[in-house]
Amino acid sequence: MRDKPIFSPWLSLAPALTIVILLLGASLLYAIAESVGYISAIGQHEISLSAYRETLNLNSEFWTSLIFSLWISVASTIISAAVALTLAVWLSERSRNSDTFALNWNLAFPHLVWSVAILLFLSQSGLLARWAATLGIIQMPADFPVLVRDRFGIGIILSYLGKEIPFLTITILSVLRSQSIGFDVVAENLGANRWQRVRYVTIPQVLPALLAGSLIVFGFIFSSYEVPALLGVGYPRALPVLALRFFLDPDLRARSEGMVISLIITLIVTVVAVISLKIGERKEKDEG
Amino acid sequence: MKHFVTSKFRYILYLVLVAPLLLFIAYAFSTRWFFPQPFPIEWTMETFQHVFHDSQTIPSLAQGLWIASLVGLLSLILALPAARVLGLRKFRGRQLVWLLFFLPTIIPPLSVGMGLNILFLRVGLAGTIAGVVLAHIIPTLPYTIFTLSSAYARFDENYEFQALALGASPWHIFLNVTLRMMTPSLVVAALFAFLISWSQYLLTLLIGGGQVITLPILLFSAASGGNPSVIATLSLLFIAPPVLVIAVTARQLNQHGNQIREQY
Repeated sequence: MRDKPIFSPWLSLAPALTIVILLLGASLLYAIAESVGYISAIGQHEISLSAYRETLNLNSEFWTSLIFSLWISVASTIISAAVALTLAVWLSERSRNSDTFALNWNLAFPHLVWSVAILLFLSQSGLLARWAATLGIIQMPADFPVLVRDRFGIGIILSYLGKEIPFLTITILSVLRSQSIGFDVVAENLGANRWQRVRYVTIPQVLPALLAGSLIVFGFIFSSYEVPALLGVGYPRALPVLALRFFLDPDLRARSEGMVISLIITLIVTVVAVISLKIGERKEKDEG
Repeated sequence: MKHFVTSKFRYILYLVLVAPLLLFIAYAFSTRWFFPQPFPIEWTMETFQHVFHDSQTIPSLAQGLWIASLVGLLSLILALPAARVLGLRKFRGRQLVWLLFFLPTIIPPLSVGMGLNILFLRVGLAGTIAGVVLAHIIPTLPYTIFTLSSAYARFDENYEFQALALGASPWHIFLNVTLRMMTPSLVVAALFAFLISWSQYLLTLLIGGGQVITLPILLFSAASGGNPSVIATLSLLFIAPPVLVIAVTARQLNQHGNQIREQY
């Protein structure tokens, strides 16, 4: 790397930076402006915090949605992380090239498509219900348990598992494969049994990456709209679904509340991302 | 015996990963598949033809491809100079720039879309393809920049100096040396941008406002209460480009695949 550039680097950065700063900045400013009631579309220019008060009122739907969103995100993240860890340890011991391709193959299915697959597979007249009926376990579609569009978000969680388990598995596998020394083999030579090797060698190795990856997953799930909108019920609703409901309300005054919720989602996701980045940085320092 | 068990397990894993595709094919090409038949018995192309003859399918397919191609191209043009500086130079504020380019990957499309909706309504970009393209660039730009800057970090500038010493013009050098050497990374970066744009639902909805219809919009509304065969057919159309891209870039994905994964 040359330390003294011929011309200012800012010239080359300008187009991309302008787009990012302008569009993100403007969207943030408009969100804040509308959240405090400054909605020029209906000529409302008085600034008030009433939308914040309404949203954070203890009786408002916000709290139910917050708890529901946290439940979906935490449950999906923890289950994905646990399954991915098991899968990665298992696969790394019997590594094959086709594994990476198989896991990457999942990339071709956007979250929306996975939700559709869950819908076709698990609904009361879906494929699994048909199989259950063929085996005589149930008689009618109505006998099949409600697994999608259910109150507990089971369909939503299952849909996320299908996407996040491969994501985290690849994250862990790439850490395990980048280890130049086979600490695992060293431990084996020193007499460690299989469980001890996983517990004291493999898990500490992959933990920072797994933690950082899990936080990314949490942030994504917490803020994403399509899956809970498609596989969720009218009540309780996930926070992003509630935010968009308010935002698209024909009564334009409801938009303020939508903006408040969207800003709260952004705040939470940003805090989580910062923690994830810090963990990632520490990981790099440890390795460096 | 042990080997038998482990290889079985691997096939189950692979089966789960291809299951959605099989499921869509079963629903899309079957007819009169009544409850509780466990598997389709009658196969047909009817739904497929029906979906294709629907007045919305082909235009939305074409519009989605056009938008995603524009997004891929524009992301490359915007990312290339920025990535070069980030990959090859040290300068004050480099960390800050990284952080700024990182922001679009953190801030949820929901918040970006809701805020931009108002801006774009004011400047007349709401409901236009240009507006949707501009909005899609926000999530794609970081990934193209990260992909290209890591390629530039491995790039040896001496090739350019050599061409300069031999009397080539700057434009000639850019075309025949720089772009040539960067081609694999350029292709990967453009394809990533294409995929992210292609599968974008929320930004298209919020900026397009019902005027710009792409396949995810059609699929979402079909899935909210439509015929399973139609849903499955639209899903197949929706995943066709990603499947092709994954097949073509299988090798590069080992390097960069996980970076874009979370944008879906």
